[in-house]
Amino acid sequence: MIPGSFDYHRPQSVSEAVGLLKDKGDEAFIVAGGHSLIPMMKLRMSTPEHLIDIQDIAEIKNISIFGSDVTIGAFVTQAEIISSEALHGICPVLREASLQIADPQIRNVGTIGGNVANGDPGNDMPAIMQALDATFVLAGEEGTREVKARDFYEAAYFTARAETEMLTLIKFTAPAAGHGSCYMKQKRKIGDYATAAAVVILTMNGTTVQNVEIALTNVADTPLYAEEANRLLIGTSLDDASIKAAVEAAKAITDPADDGRGPKDFRTHIAGVMVERAIRQAATTAS
Amino acid sequence: MNEQTPISREERIKNLKGIGSARKRVEDARFTQGAGNYVDDINLPGMLFGDFVRSSHSHARIISIDKEAALAVPGVIAILTAEDLKPLNLHYMPTLAGDVQAVLADEKVLFQNQEIAFVIAEDRYIAADAVELVEVEYEELPPITDAFKAMDDDAPVLREDIQDKMEGAHGPRKHKNHIFLWEQGDKEGSEKALADADVVVEELITYQRVHPCPLETCGCVASMDKINGKLTLYGTFQAPHAVRTVASLITNIAEHNIRVVSPDIGGGFGNKVGVYPGYICATVASIVTGVPVKWVEDRIENLTSTAFARDYHMTGKIAATKEGKITGLWCHVLADHGAFDACADPTKFPAGFFNIVTGSYDIPVAYVGVDGVYTNKAPGGVAYRCSFRVTEAAYLIERMIEILAQKLNMDPVELRLKNFIKKEQFPYQSALGWEYDSGDYHTAMEKGMAAVDYPALRAEQAEKRAAFDRGETRTLMGIGTAFFTEIVGAGPVKNCDILGLGMFDSCEIRIHPTGSAIARLGTISQGQGHATTFAQIVATEIGIPAEDITLEEGDTDTAPYGLGTYGSRSTPVAGAATAMAGRKIRAKAQMIAAYLLEVHEGDLEWDVDRFQIKGNPEAHKTMKEIAFASYNQAIPGLEPGLEAVSYYDPPNMTYPYGAYFCVLDIDVDTGVVDVRRFYALDDCGTRINPMIIEGQVHGGLTEALAIAMGQEITYDEMGNVKGGSLMDFYLPTAVETPVWETDETVVPSPHHPIGAKGVGESPNVGGVPAFSNAVNDAFAHKGLTHTQMPHDHWRVWKTAEKLGLSG
Repeated sequence: MIPGSFDYHRPQSVSEAVGLLKDKGDEAFIVAGGHSLIPMMKLRMSTPEHLIDIQDIAEIKNISIFGSDVTIGAFVTQAEIISSEALHGICPVLREASLQIADPQIRNVGTIGGNVANGDPGNDMPAIMQALDATFVLAGEEGTREVKARDFYEAAYFTARAETEMLTLIKFTAPAAGHGSCYMKQKRKIGDYATAAAVVILTMNGTTVQNVEIALTNVADTPLYAEEANRLLIGTSLDDASIKAAVEAAKAITDPADDGRGPKDFRTHIAGVMVERAIRQAATTAS
Repeated sequence: MNEQTPISREERIKNLKGIGSARKRVEDARFTQGAGNYVDDINLPGMLFGDFVRSSHSHARIISIDKEAALAVPGVIAILTAEDLKPLNLHYMPTLAGDVQAVLADEKVLFQNQEIAFVIAEDRYIAADAVELVEVEYEELPPITDAFKAMDDDAPVLREDIQDKMEGAHGPRKHKNHIFLWEQGDKEGSEKALADADVVVEELITYQRVHPCPLETCGCVASMDKINGKLTLYGTFQAPHAVRTVASLITNIAEHNIRVVSPDIGGGFGNKVGVYPGYICATVASIVTGVPVKWVEDRIENLTSTAFARDYHMTGKIAATKEGKITGLWCHVLADHGAFDACADPTKFPAGFFNIVTGSYDIPVAYVGVDGVYTNKAPGGVAYRCSFRVTEAAYLIERMIEILAQKLNMDPVELRLKNFIKKEQFPYQSALGWEYDSGDYHTAMEKGMAAVDYPALRAEQAEKRAAFDRGETRTLMGIGTAFFTEIVGAGPVKNCDILGLGMFDSCEIRIHPTGSAIARLGTISQGQGHATTFAQIVATEIGIPAEDITLEEGDTDTAPYGLGTYGSRSTPVAGAATAMAGRKIRAKAQMIAAYLLEVHEGDLEWDVDRFQIKGNPEAHKTMKEIAFASYNQAIPGLEPGLEAVSYYDPPNMTYPYGAYFCVLDIDVDTGVVDVRRFYALDDCGTRINPMIIEGQVHGGLTEALAIAMGQEITYDEMGNVKGGSLMDFYLPTAVETPVWETDETVVPSPHHPIGAKGVGESPNVGGVPAFSNAVNDAFAHKGLTHTQMPHDHWRVWKTAEKLGLSG
């Protein structure tokens, strides 16, 4: 549990960090809260020669809200997301989900940028970002570019981010006022990754589903945006048959690992239970 | 001559904070302020660090070990392999179970993560870098990971080092992968009872491989002083004196030249009883280099290479009349010991005290046979917060009782009440050879039933089951009961020893002139709070306030010889020695008081903290006054000073027991189990410190929850160990832990000087069957007889699914 040796850098700005990434090439890793990277380094599954610690970069530490447009800096911690009343007021699923990430000590240090950027399929925020149709802003030597959360994840620990780029901001438009939402997660204990988890963001028009966004955590090597399930629910009255059809569609896209949480069939089953329960719970909060 | 303002007798008792006082733990001042002193806090000048190269395979021949690149790393001092230890005859070491274990793998590896080479470097970072660079070439061999296949005709021979030695430490070996067969009781009689019975139930019950997982891992600092020839060994040792003797025997360093120190220990739970390769390698490294060498495991090393617990495949058969009177018990255990037999059991008991398996019941005839086998898994088999193999035994009988009740269509509590050993039968001779000293099981069970309102729980369950069948709920309610009897306090020297060392224990008390005292014991606390509770025993015995008594353990240069702390033996054995040493001091104090008061000793009586003249309590001498007199008065016929030592050889074990009830709800769609109530009634005899007892019960129940609901060390078919980190190995947090309700009855042990029986391990022994019985009970009405632990979400869901209940 002792990492290999590495050089440590602490840039003061995004441009300095991006410069370091360019100079050091694929031997450099960005560290934010460190909750994923440092254990990997201790296990020597990850052996960066350069660690670029971004905690001094002020421009990525804010939550900005203009109307329903939200921008969250990559270095905003889970604890800051939980404590933001403004954010909670327009998008309560972020607090709900953040409270299901590990424990308070970890949430005080863990960042949303680290959670979404490293591509660990066990992380909770990527599925939420897909459900919110968020956009990730990546800074590179040639300026910035934007990638949709739904296009960002390629495989476990592989994302659309180039090695010389850094995630700086997360942007999304909050769901319509009166929406319902839920993040339903089954885990073995506090601090564990999900056996399966589902996020549902639901907008009703009277008794009819106007829009729904469902995404899944830790049941494949990337987060899963459940497009077909969404399609099957929109326009329905959330009757049992429609929910069942959506659940089956969500289960159909899963491909979980067989691990200590249980075999594949069990985790797929739990994904279905989480989707169903999240839909029903979201419906109770939608108006 | 007496104190200015006399205080009441009640006040004097209270001031002592003796037996029965919920005195706060004196240890906590340093622990809560981060000022403990653990092995890894020890830093000696010039100290080097050792780290292991470990096997990536579970069974393989070592073709070559290339150390060249690692030795070239600046700061690497040396790399030891079996070849280096052979000239010292230290490449194998004796285990506590009469086997030998490779210190560094000799030609062959037998489990994944086995120690192959020991890198010694200037710091732990350099050592870790060098470990990566040692190249080991292997020739893979087929592994055995299923104990049931270990003795197949075509099974690969694991232990080539002993393949011609077919007479083992515990009798003949019937296969090259067989370790022992241990048989107790009356096999023929038990089989006849089964043949003649109205009702017989049989079940294969596995108690899975788990690990004690103390928060502090194992480690040591070895420091050889080449000038004076003295070796000091600091380490996480639950039995420092035994380590000193064993170290002397295997290194040939004279015992007076070895000092073993156990500093603060961050939990042991049996994991720190054994002797590990790291201790030997650090010692050899210090002898070779002449400077101190530290070795401390990381978490993965701890979980995958130092001692595991359980791994018992138990077949039980119970015979009974149709009215529910048990007429016989037959059990066989297939015991998976891993690659070396490194169980920590008294020498004559290769399966520990598993023959306590008749439990709390009056069973006329019983038989136990235990076959130990080798597999390609880590060695161990320690008593994880229990006396030797007592948890396994309690789990088997408490599951079998429930299965029998189900077959008889009888309430399991009623079946227990019908078969308990009755109060008037104590001392009770069990069919498997133990003499239970005391107990009142009916009273304990009835008190527990009343506390939880058992009939109301069953009524609620019946309603819930009906609601489930009507489709109104997707949860099933389970009620689990366990009534356990432990056997702890090993033990009488006539039948208990470890490597030939009798399992007595000791206490030395020295009273200072001003009336405060120091007591030293042969035990070592790992969190049990000895410095608090043993001072309370001394306080009550000699009338000096507990706060004026320093308690020391763990340094073999100063503490009297003892066998250490495990198997709930500290209070039954060292606690008894403490009381007896106190009584020796009181006897001398009585003579001093008689001289000072100018009366005959027989005219004096002891009262709380003083001797007083019978019928004239105003004329008295307090222990404080007596202590001062012992140092400054020439008393005819008496030596100066006031101290005593006692080595206590217990006449019998102690037999704590308890009645536990668990109520839980199972979500059949997810397998999530919600423990909504847990009630634990313990009878540990005299209660020295009720607050510490409660803390011990809380901790033990939390471990029981962990074992029953999630803990497991498994191996895939290639022998790769799974569950070797805290990501997967289940340690519950405060969130997963339910609220514990504790209760008690008090039946003191008749042979113990203060009647105490030990408590630290009871909640683990009784907790596991209570949880497991509750899970099984939830499904019993749907036809489930038994489902194996751990009852994690997946297995519970699978059980529901197999019974056709899952959505």
